[in-house]
Amino acid sequence: MRRFSWFNATALTLGFAFLYIPMIILVIYSFNASKLVTVWAGFSTQWYGELVRNEEFLNAAWVTIKVAVMSSTIATVLGTMAAYVLVRGGRFGGRTLFSGMIYAPLVMPEVITGLSLLLLFIGIGLDRGVLTIVLAHTTFSMCYVSVVVSSRLVTFDRSLEEAALDLGCSPFEAFRLVTLPIIAPAVISGWLLAFTLSLDDLVIASFTTGPSATTLPIKIFSAVRLGVSPEINALSTIMIAIVTIGVITASLITKQAAVRQARDERMAERTA
Amino acid sequence: MSQTVFAPWDDPNEKPLIQFKNVTKRFGDFTAIDDLTQDIYTREFFALLGPSGCGKTTMMRMLAGFETPTEGKIFIAGQDMAKIPPNKRAVNMMFQSYALFPHLSVWDNIAFGLKREGKDKDAIAARVEEMLRLTRLSKFAKRKPHQISGGQRQRVALARSLAKAPKLLLLDEPLGALDKKLRQDTQFELMDIQEKTGTTFVIVTHDQEEAMTVASRVAVMDEGRIIQVATPAQIYEAPNSVYVADFIGDVNIISGRAKPSGDKVVTQWAEGQPDIIGTTATKFDAGQEIHFAIRPEKVAISTEEPQDAANKLQGKVLDIAYLGNISTYHVALPTGHVIKAQTANTRRLSRRQITWEDPVWISFTDTAGVLLEH
Repeated sequence: MRRFSWFNATALTLGFAFLYIPMIILVIYSFNASKLVTVWAGFSTQWYGELVRNEEFLNAAWVTIKVAVMSSTIATVLGTMAAYVLVRGGRFGGRTLFSGMIYAPLVMPEVITGLSLLLLFIGIGLDRGVLTIVLAHTTFSMCYVSVVVSSRLVTFDRSLEEAALDLGCSPFEAFRLVTLPIIAPAVISGWLLAFTLSLDDLVIASFTTGPSATTLPIKIFSAVRLGVSPEINALSTIMIAIVTIGVITASLITKQAAVRQARDERMAERTA
Repeated sequence: MSQTVFAPWDDPNEKPLIQFKNVTKRFGDFTAIDDLTQDIYTREFFALLGPSGCGKTTMMRMLAGFETPTEGKIFIAGQDMAKIPPNKRAVNMMFQSYALFPHLSVWDNIAFGLKREGKDKDAIAARVEEMLRLTRLSKFAKRKPHQISGGQRQRVALARSLAKAPKLLLLDEPLGALDKKLRQDTQFELMDIQEKTGTTFVIVTHDQEEAMTVASRVAVMDEGRIIQVATPAQIYEAPNSVYVADFIGDVNIISGRAKPSGDKVVTQWAEGQPDIIGTTATKFDAGQEIHFAIRPEKVAISTEEPQDAANKLQGKVLDIAYLGNISTYHVALPTGHVIKAQTANTRRLSRRQITWEDPVWISFTDTAGVLLEH
């Protein structure tokens, strides 16, 4: 059925080359022994060593992770609540308006989000630092969480919740004991999405940050303006590795669960 | 020893478990339940039967507490249910989709309601084991719902809803997802369990055979109203309307004008055809519109003119449906009416006397059919 064709092969090669050549070059040069980024002078891992000793980068990494964990956790809680109300709340007045407003920040230019948040923080006299970045990241990532969770809730069999109520749960218990465990995969992937978004955000973070808090993307961006250093390449390679491992693990877990489910169902049919 | 017939609805001293009093339920402009009043008694197996959209599921969901009546009141054991949320009602429901919790094992699914009551561990374990035995699921206690078959899932759902020993169990199309053979076995199992536990069952179904098999009384519904409530035999043999007669089983309907004659009523239905003679308790005025309903198995078919039959008509065989145990003949009358007549195939491989296009006689007694006003 699938025959080799030169057209397909070329299209595939071109596409993947377009996607991955920049990253491959970056990874290769992170192992360059030379201090000059564009001249190859043999294999070396010295820049990784330098990176670990660089206090500034480590600080920035720590700030980034703190911001990402806090903002994605708050965004997950708020986003899940918003999704639950929008999907389950029935037809209250202005429901369409609300769901539209939840998704609007998805298409809002980051510059505008960043600027408006900056104006807000100045307006209420909030000192800019880790807290303001966390708030800003929560603001834009909660709508992503809400999208992911509500798409799961739409296909969620409502009678499961009714069964929980019927068996004596209060509405909150029904959510905690039945709904949440079942939609947990969607909530977790929402959290991961929010975490990733926070990790690589540059624009909004640079609007809302203060002198005390520099995130990794801001640090990299300002360092690159003074010239690309092999250290930056090394740092970027590590980030690529982390993201790759994360994505592969997540997809393996999903696939395994699906395979197990299919096997169990076959078994159930045979023993019926 | 004479066995008393279970008929609490005929006993004026019996207090009903469930009372619907002038209940109306509207969803926007749509009236799902229209001014409905009905009593259901303890230990009854009450079936709500009707086409989809007739309001039977809404009635059940109001009993469970998932919907509240727009007007009127519902009482369970004398208590007004208006302000009582689903989790505070001694009512459990078996859902059409079974609604088993996919993240919990069979054991934990059954224990779910008991744990909410805050019973101690041993009491819960003992009750779950009892339910597992009752539904023959002990082997599968540790499995997850997707690791068992459809029939087993159905039994888990039943066990879970019975575990809390509710006063009232609601079953929403409980057997819809099972194949025919399994469905029939399960119907008897349900009746068995209902008798053993002494629970009042209210079942919603669109399958008339299912309702007839399991129920002590059947309520036939249409457009938010109950058309008739009676035992399965009464519903079948003495329907109160053309709608009920037509909904339950197969029926021939002949419409005409009434002509009372003595203790009989004669239906004049077509020029040049002999009038149909029937008996009825209801009074009909001369010339009133009347519908004569007769079940196919009460219509005899023969090649020769039958002697001493109250009603006999001549026609031609149009179609024969052979179902193994019975055969149904479709007989076309000269007026264009098609009458169905059924005979049991009691003898194996008997030579079929009647075939297509044969001129035949159909006949029935004067008590075989019912006369209906509407």
